[in-house]
Amino acid sequence: MTKLEYPFDERRIRALKAGDAVSITGIVHTGRDRFHKHFADGGKIAVDFRDGALYHCGPVIVREGGEWRVKAAGPTTSVRENPYEPAFIASSGVRVIIGKGGMDDATLAAMKKYGCIYVQAVGGAAAVSAAAVKRVAGVDFLDEFGAAEACWHLEVADFRGIVAMDTHGRSLFADVARSSAECAERLLKA
Amino acid sequence: MKIVDRIVELVKETSSSLPEDVEGALRRALRRETKGTPASVVLGTILDNCRLARKAGTPLCQDTGTLTFFVSGSLRRRVTPDAIRTAVARATSLGYLRRNCIDSVTGRSYDDNCAVGAPVIRYVDIPEPTVTLVMKGGGSENMSRQYSLPDSAIGAGRDMAGVRKCLLDAVLRTQGYGCAPGILGVCIGGDRATGYEVAKEQLLRPLDEKSSAMEKKILDEANSLGIGPMGLGGRTTLLGVKIASRPRVPASFFVTVAYMCWACRRRSMRI
Repeated sequence: MTKLEYPFDERRIRALKAGDAVSITGIVHTGRDRFHKHFADGGKIAVDFRDGALYHCGPVIVREGGEWRVKAAGPTTSVRENPYEPAFIASSGVRVIIGKGGMDDATLAAMKKYGCIYVQAVGGAAAVSAAAVKRVAGVDFLDEFGAAEACWHLEVADFRGIVAMDTHGRSLFADVARSSAECAERLLKA
Repeated sequence: MKIVDRIVELVKETSSSLPEDVEGALRRALRRETKGTPASVVLGTILDNCRLARKAGTPLCQDTGTLTFFVSGSLRRRVTPDAIRTAVARATSLGYLRRNCIDSVTGRSYDDNCAVGAPVIRYVDIPEPTVTLVMKGGGSENMSRQYSLPDSAIGAGRDMAGVRKCLLDAVLRTQGYGCAPGILGVCIGGDRATGYEVAKEQLLRPLDEKSSAMEKKILDEANSLGIGPMGLGGRTTLLGVKIASRPRVPASFFVTVAYMCWACRRRSMRI
């Protein structure tokens, strides 16, 4: 288990390999469909993502006693952000993208070029993820995007995941897609 | 307890606690994987997550999904759409459900998860006075698909060999994207609409009931593909396969696959 702390150091990020387990501590910002569309449309984003982390997540957060409380915070499917992510990586300087299901070759190439990894959080594991969130530090776009799509600033400790796409151009998802297709071909020929 | 309170409780239980047959299948899957592999780490996290959510009474997955209530027709007068919607609104305000209901035209959020057609309520012809709730997340719903045979793209003809090709193709194309290990609900035949309806209904069947030869064969073959939990590689790609068939007209031959994620949230209560 490799421990990563915000701000994420480019050299340490580049040293990681697909398949490595990581534990993340520090601040992560959620951003999903509307956040990415807003970025692509040239909208302003107040948060500085340099050496930071973006989390594809639509949490369940409720207001209790004047404070935001995270009830569930697992990842959402990342492929939907494929069209936007290479440009976002290039311009934001983000080092860690957390999500589920992986992203496309163009995003993988941008990760290699700019030094960013993709961490697979366990899809659906909302309670584990919520337990790793220590505090909600703030939120942007709450009124515009709604609670599930807003950009939440979450302070996390020991948030766990697996490096599924690294800065060396390797993607576990691509490896598995290739080997499973070969296996299916053999099955259907037999 | 009033009907509304009991439905709120059903929503909370369904959202925070996996059925025992599903959790048991996940535990057996963990035992099959080698320690330290991504598959083993993922399954371990899933099981930790289930324990945590159950203990805290919080959603085990943040996508609290499309809510479908199957209500015995005999309860039509007691478990009314009004009672169900009141309960869903309250469950949402208590954080058992995410605000998860968007107007498809305006993009506006229905913050209480209630709108025309939401939640889905179906009065069904069963004698037992039960209410069953299924919560199905969007990531898995996006992986459901329907084939029309013959399908030349995958070389599937109008026979059971063709059906097998469809099912393996569905598993292959889904990879880990639907939050594997998942469950396939399948309908062979029917029209397009009933195909999806019947395929989804198969997801109500417990995983530990006896499987047909075809269900077993597809399950074994799918698991031999090595896609694994969350698509990171491993021995368990599916937890179960449930197949039903319906008659078709001579011109149509649909094969419909409803993909359910590992977070297969379903629960019944007797009124």
